[in-house]
Amino acid sequence: MAELTKEAHELTVSLDWRERHVSTIRMLRLYARTFARNGSAMLGLGLVLLFLTTAAIGPYFVPFPDDATGSVHIERKLQPPDAVHWFGTDEVGNDVFTRVIVGARVTLQIACIITGVAMLIGIPLGMIAGYMGGWVQEVIMRITDVFLSVPGLMLAIAIVGALGPGIVNAMVALSLVWWPGYVRLVQAKTLSLKNEIYVDAARSMGAGSLRIVFVHLLPNCTSPIIVKASMDMGMAILGAASLGFLGLGAQPPFPEWGAMISVARTYLPDWWWYSFFPGTAIVITVLGFNLLGDGLRDILDPKHRE
Amino acid sequence: MLELRNLSVHFDVSKRGKGKTIVRAVNGINLNIGRGEAVALVGESGSGKSTVGKAALRLVDTTDGHILLDGVDITHLERGRQMPLRRKAQMVFQDPHSALNPRMNILRSVAEPLILHTALRGQALTRRVIELLEIVGLQAQFLYRYQHELSGGQKQRVCIARAIALNPDLLVLDEPTSALDVSVQAQILEFLKTLQSDLGLTFLFISHNLAVVRYLCSRVAVMYLGRIVEEGATETVFTTPKHPYTQALLSAVPWPEATQPKGHAPLVGDIPSPVNPPSGCSFHTRCPFARERCRAEAPTWRALAPDHLVACHFAEDLAAS
Repeated sequence: MAELTKEAHELTVSLDWRERHVSTIRMLRLYARTFARNGSAMLGLGLVLLFLTTAAIGPYFVPFPDDATGSVHIERKLQPPDAVHWFGTDEVGNDVFTRVIVGARVTLQIACIITGVAMLIGIPLGMIAGYMGGWVQEVIMRITDVFLSVPGLMLAIAIVGALGPGIVNAMVALSLVWWPGYVRLVQAKTLSLKNEIYVDAARSMGAGSLRIVFVHLLPNCTSPIIVKASMDMGMAILGAASLGFLGLGAQPPFPEWGAMISVARTYLPDWWWYSFFPGTAIVITVLGFNLLGDGLRDILDPKHRE
Repeated sequence: MLELRNLSVHFDVSKRGKGKTIVRAVNGINLNIGRGEAVALVGESGSGKSTVGKAALRLVDTTDGHILLDGVDITHLERGRQMPLRRKAQMVFQDPHSALNPRMNILRSVAEPLILHTALRGQALTRRVIELLEIVGLQAQFLYRYQHELSGGQKQRVCIARAIALNPDLLVLDEPTSALDVSVQAQILEFLKTLQSDLGLTFLFISHNLAVVRYLCSRVAVMYLGRIVEEGATETVFTTPKHPYTQALLSAVPWPEATQPKGHAPLVGDIPSPVNPPSGCSFHTRCPFARERCRAEAPTWRALAPDHLVACHFAEDLAAS
């Protein structure tokens, strides 16, 4: 018996990474297979990957890097798409292709910051509200309700109006209106999870509230959070572009897609390429994140699985 | 080991603007469990037996009365001081599937109490978990599996391994076999019995399965609507039940032997609401022998024999008839 025990010890200690995580690997494989069979999800993943690649390496390969920061080449203004200027040029002769590519990085930053800040505010508040219950929950949820009752973009416009236009203020404003959704989501999930028996079990072993919340509850909330975050990336991009379009976000000549369209719309319909390409970039990116989010929900959220 | 003195647990389930609604889940019970003893708490669903188990481990707040563990009053121990209690008393839950965190593998689940209470980390921790799994009859190959990859019996073994990780003196077993297949139930019960004698554990065994109780426990307490109505040595209670409720419970069990007590009508109706318990003896609404006195006056808790207590006005008469 002692011999057996020793062998078992050595066996387990000698297991490599792959053998120890065999269950996780199997689960990920299942996820990958389910995901791969879902056509629209794969399309979404492809679009998001295209967007991420563009944001990561695009700015190093653009044909006219100076055009991104607003140089002036009046001699080649408003030229239609051709072999040199793939997406044409704008009213001061900047290459639209360059500006759309560089804009991807700006857009990604905006989307990540807005979603990230919203999660940082929303998830802890939701967990506290759901776990504590009582008056703490009442206070947090009523404040959340107030925020949710005002249309997000309207509130963001009001906040930017007060802070003054600009890309940073636009991000602050959008982050401030974005968190209530996470509070709602996480609070509802926590509320249902905290009555699970394994939470009682953890308490009977002497785990404190913080440990229960972060070690036992939070990992079980991640699936809906990931799904929502993926969807929100698209919506945040749209929100930031809307503020840019209204002149409250990024200011021209900053290469942000919404701000570009804001200027370009006055050149419609004759110089269509100026607004068409940034607009298409927004559509494709938002579509990509939404399809990806839908696909992720199909594999991560079994209740909605068909 | 564990002593419950006049323990009451009431839950306030009032809704705003609708007056006070209080569920009297446990209503003044007394129970004494000696070291190394296996005591069963039986009763139908809603009788408050699970609440007693949770209260004993301070998982729910008590309304009245005292809980003594090893002679120490733990009724109002604040959270920071509860750690010694957690080492001494652990719980095994009814549904092993929901008692294990789906995001934790078996190693992590069983290690949780060790992480909380000991300085074991890394390989030493893994070794201890393997030892524990061996005690409950699971191989080391399960270490990195997740809860959903195990069968019900295996999961319950994992839960038991987790409960005995800190060498507790007292295990509260809340219907540990009712979620399992009959064949697996037998295995787990046999294992629990060996475990109890090997480790000298004290069991508070909560169950509605009387056959299981008879197999495992030396003493039994019958609960009805938050009160203990009869208590005594298992054999005494099972062969000469004094309380009409115990008699009804026993007559509903299909014993494989011919000595089955006969002649009692099965209980009709449901257990009354603990929000609004009946007057007098709380069992009078369903008792076939209820008389005027039962409706008016709550029976006292009295000893019929040195180790046989009952709460019924007419226990002697009923036994005679």
